[in-house]
Amino acid sequence: MALIPISLKVNGTRLERAVEPRRLLADFLREDLDLKATHVGCEHGVCGTCTVLVDGQAVRSCLSFAVQADGCEVRTADGLAKGGKLNALQQAFWEKHGLQCGFCTPAMLMVATELLERNPRPSKAEIEEAISSNLCRCTGYYTIVESVQRAAELMQEGAK
Amino acid sequence: MKPAPFEYVRPGSLPEALEALARHAPAGRILAGGQSLVPMMNLRLVKPAVLIDINRVAGLADIRVEGGELVVGALARHAALLASELVAKHCPLMAEAYRHVAHGPIRNRGTLGGNISHADPASEMPAVLAACDAKIGVRSAKGARTIPATEFFTGALTTALAAGEMVVEIRIPTAKAGQGAAWQEVANRQGDFAMAGVAALVTVAGGKCTQAAVAVAGMERAGTRLPAVEKQIVGTALDATALAAAGRMAAEVVRPVDAYHADPLYKRELVETLTVRALAAARERAR
Repeated sequence: MALIPISLKVNGTRLERAVEPRRLLADFLREDLDLKATHVGCEHGVCGTCTVLVDGQAVRSCLSFAVQADGCEVRTADGLAKGGKLNALQQAFWEKHGLQCGFCTPAMLMVATELLERNPRPSKAEIEEAISSNLCRCTGYYTIVESVQRAAELMQEGAK
Repeated sequence: MKPAPFEYVRPGSLPEALEALARHAPAGRILAGGQSLVPMMNLRLVKPAVLIDINRVAGLADIRVEGGELVVGALARHAALLASELVAKHCPLMAEAYRHVAHGPIRNRGTLGGNISHADPASEMPAVLAACDAKIGVRSAKGARTIPATEFFTGALTTALAAGEMVVEIRIPTAKAGQGAAWQEVANRQGDFAMAGVAALVTVAGGKCTQAAVAVAGMERAGTRLPAVEKQIVGTALDATALAAAGRMAAEVVRPVDAYHADPLYKRELVETLTVRALAAARERAR
């Protein structure tokens, strides 16, 4: 199958690559770009573990083809920390124990990133609804909700 | 798993998309949001030889009101419809049902046109569109036609679409004074597939129900109206006795299929309860 050239931005870096049409965005990120923060769980859109942002919107990267991201801006959890320093959201997950095994964490971070960019002061119910797209089998979600609430606080403080 | 290899075509306009669909029929499949098609490809349940990606076709995602109808382009995303003030105002039934449709990331990509073309029996929107007597605008390289939503869904995952045809728009009569509508659903969790869902749309005049539409999700096929129930409640005051009888009738006439978390008997019981609740809520809103 012929390769198709694509041009996209990933975590701020402009890239040119050629992909087979069936290459899933998740596999493109992990295998072709060696960005391993995006995890792959169920591969049919249920678990949410592969969630990344495409043009600012949370999407399942196992249900998107890399070729569809041509011309788009993709953000993954690989790009959240700057200069080795956790961003406010990651810091909040650290403080509030928002993870145990960590498998769901990168996608939880991306879902929360989308939420906080759209709604900097989400209610508990809004946080619960936002993260309901993603499965976590460790935390029971309580500490994830607290982490997102804490992140909102940190970001408010940072903005002052 | 990973999808089988396919050829990828990305038309920039509707005529190009229709031409590609005609050229590649029957091997070509339309890729819209991909939230149902791609899981099936990943699981190798389907192996389309050609994917025609319509995501860059301009003008296919509009939401507007025109001549007493809410007109939704096939490529309008669930997230846009859920957030739309036009939908909330002119089709409150759709707005209410959308709160049960999947989760944020799925709604960001999934489209109304793709949803109804997939025709999952558990899906909310086919029931909503059937209850509203919506019309499905369909195009092929040869021409256009309009299919009533009540005739569009022909079975589980099957529709009246012919090879080479695609959905281009959905036209829904706008809500009228005296009408009330409600969506009721039970799923394992918020956003999961419905075990059972019921749409009710009633018109009340002089204390009596003059028109009624009841449709169910989670049964044998997508977008199923229940004419026996509708007939039974028209002319009543939608009082408790009438609603209880409607619920019993609905439980009797639906054709539930076995699901992992809901056997047919349980689904009938859900339909009975949800029908009563949906009709009661619709009646209150009709005032």
